Amino acid sequence: MLLAILVVPLVAAVVAWWGPTRLAQGATVVAGAATFGLSLALVGRAGGRSQMALGGWLRADDLSLVFLLTTAFLYALTAVFAMGYVGRRHDPRYSRRLYAGLNLFCWAMAVTPVVNSLVEIWAALEIASVVSALLVALDDTDGAAEASWKYLIIASMGLGIALFGTVAMYAAGASALGPAYHMAIGPLLSVAHRLPPGLVRLAYLLAVLGFGTKMGLVPVHTWLPDAHSEAPTPVSALLSGALLAVSFYAILRYFQITGRAVGYAFPREVLLGFGITSLALAALYVVSQRDLKRLLAYSSIEHMGIMAIGMSFAAPLAVVGVLLQVLAHGAAKGTAFFGAGSVLAKLGTKDLRLIRGGIGVLPWTGPMLVLAVLALSAAPPFGIFRSEFLIVAGGLSVPSDGVVAVLVGLVVLAFLGLSWWATRTMASPTPAGGSTAGATVARGETSAWMVAAMAAGLVALAILGVHPPSALSHVLSRAASELGVGP
Amino acid sequence: MGPALLAVSTLAAPPAFSGVADAIALLVVLAEFAMLRSALARTQVRLYAFQSLCVVGLAVLLAALRHVPEAYAVAGISFLIKVVVIPAVVLRLLAGVETEVAGSERLKVASMTLIALAVAAFGLFILEAVPVTSTLPVAALGLAMAAVLVAFLLVILRADVVSQAIGFFALENGVSVASLVLASRLPLLAEVTFFFDLLVAVVFFGVLVRVHHGRTGTLSTEVLDRLRG
Repeated sequence: MLLAILVVPLVAAVVAWWGPTRLAQGATVVAGAATFGLSLALVGRAGGRSQMALGGWLRADDLSLVFLLTTAFLYALTAVFAMGYVGRRHDPRYSRRLYAGLNLFCWAMAVTPVVNSLVEIWAALEIASVVSALLVALDDTDGAAEASWKYLIIASMGLGIALFGTVAMYAAGASALGPAYHMAIGPLLSVAHRLPPGLVRLAYLLAVLGFGTKMGLVPVHTWLPDAHSEAPTPVSALLSGALLAVSFYAILRYFQITGRAVGYAFPREVLLGFGITSLALAALYVVSQRDLKRLLAYSSIEHMGIMAIGMSFAAPLAVVGVLLQVLAHGAAKGTAFFGAGSVLAKLGTKDLRLIRGGIGVLPWTGPMLVLAVLALSAAPPFGIFRSEFLIVAGGLSVPSDGVVAVLVGLVVLAFLGLSWWATRTMASPTPAGGSTAGATVARGETSAWMVAAMAAGLVALAILGVHPPSALSHVLSRAASELGVGP
Repeated sequence: MGPALLAVSTLAAPPAFSGVADAIALLVVLAEFAMLRSALARTQVRLYAFQSLCVVGLAVLLAALRHVPEAYAVAGISFLIKVVVIPAVVLRLLAGVETEVAGSERLKVASMTLIALAVAAFGLFILEAVPVTSTLPVAALGLAMAAVLVAFLLVILRADVVSQAIGFFALENGVSVASLVLASRLPLLAEVTFFFDLLVAVVFFGVLVRVHHGRTGTLSTEVLDRLRG
């Protein structure tokens, strides 16, 4: 099954590049659904042991599965959404590039959590970066060119730092495993207690800074709002819901090794610093934002900050919450970006000051976008409510009351900002004869495919919030144990 | 000396390699100082080619003195891509474009140089604070860190697309030096992936440079200010 995950998106990318648009659409939907199905099957088979393939080159443990499932779900959802998104353009060249790029991008992200080496994790993220930078530029506007330039420069330099961290960890591992070894995760973990602490600390710092650039941690986040807002909507959804998550996965692997090598206090403190800074800045920007897609981008930074803070609590409950948040963030952010894309397609603007009466104009998308934004704000009964509740409960159990108080305060601020804009743009009536974008547009949806993708995302969010499947809950608990939580 | 320190001491480089590695790493950093104050894009590209040649030399030296045959492969690929292909492609892309990048400095040259010196010193000496690295080629590693940090400065302090692209390429050279002195047997995959990235990046940078120049008539990034907040 792991091998199939390696092959299916690549085949779809080739078909999308060479085939007509219809075939590209079909191949992408089939590849997305197949990858998601394979991921679910892997979750069903998971029993606390790593599943291996290709002589140990591919390896999926419980931690890997959380991130694979997130990516695969968003891959399937985006494939469906893209049917409606691309169908409006009637530009075969654009479709070919978008579909081939989407499949290749999803391939790189799906491979990241299942390769069994820190070097290969870095390489997969590097490929994901290059492909996604090209996708950000696809709309060929001034904004897209500017965003892709900044993205390529900042993300590439971040990954350069991450490679420095990989080199340092390799040198640390060489002290126990010999000068020539494959940087497989299992052997590194088994000898972690014998690694030189200074070098491991250096490697971890560089990895957090480098991969943190891709994850959107402040202050190395500056590419993120630009790229998310200017990319084609399917790409924005994948960037936000999946790429940030798999970058976090890379950091967690370093967290795991560093924790065993030097104790967990150091890696936790580093993540706490980045987490608080990210959450604080994102919450402030959410409140003052004027662009719908940038609003969602800052909400992503907020979530990444919450995850980093959650990892800093020495509590298994909080880490389970963090891993659930990875899944819920993917579903919620995908759904919200799909909604934003539909609004943009219908009203021709993403300026929050001009959008009014969204529910009146888009009878399905409007309400679902409000629900998606409420889900992002951690409103019940959705998955992010449950995950953030677990994180806060975990923080209080340690106890880390001061940090929890700051966390809750900033989350409430972001909640106010998100819900204010969601209700103002979607639920407020369109002023008759006004200059707002909803005033002159006929009521009706742009595409049923786009609506279907959003509906599926909301259903998944509700399941994650109300009653996550027991197999998934077990995977989350075991993954938290793999991360070695505890005082 | 604990077991970990004993184990790491097996990585200590022989003195001959260590001395030459330090000298080559210093050249890599100095090339970046020259890029920082360069007024012509073409000069920056040639300095990058020279810097890459230094890295190739280090790889050959490593292969010969420390008997690491993989380093010959790294040297060969580096020479082809970083000394020949990338400079040639960038120079070709710049043909017909006004390559004067003087004036893109965000600060005066003297101020930039002073800041770069401070940053390089920080990079050089910060590794002294990592206790275990006393058994590793610390000077070369520190210089590699300095090269990475000065490359960042090049991207930050020069507001033109060519300098920023060259800054990214130069950063990769700094990481290559670190890789060669610290983890000479790091799987070739990492190097090959970064080469792939460089190749794609150079084409992408080239296209953007042409598009950006076509739209704005300048290589300056000061006009890339549409996206804020």
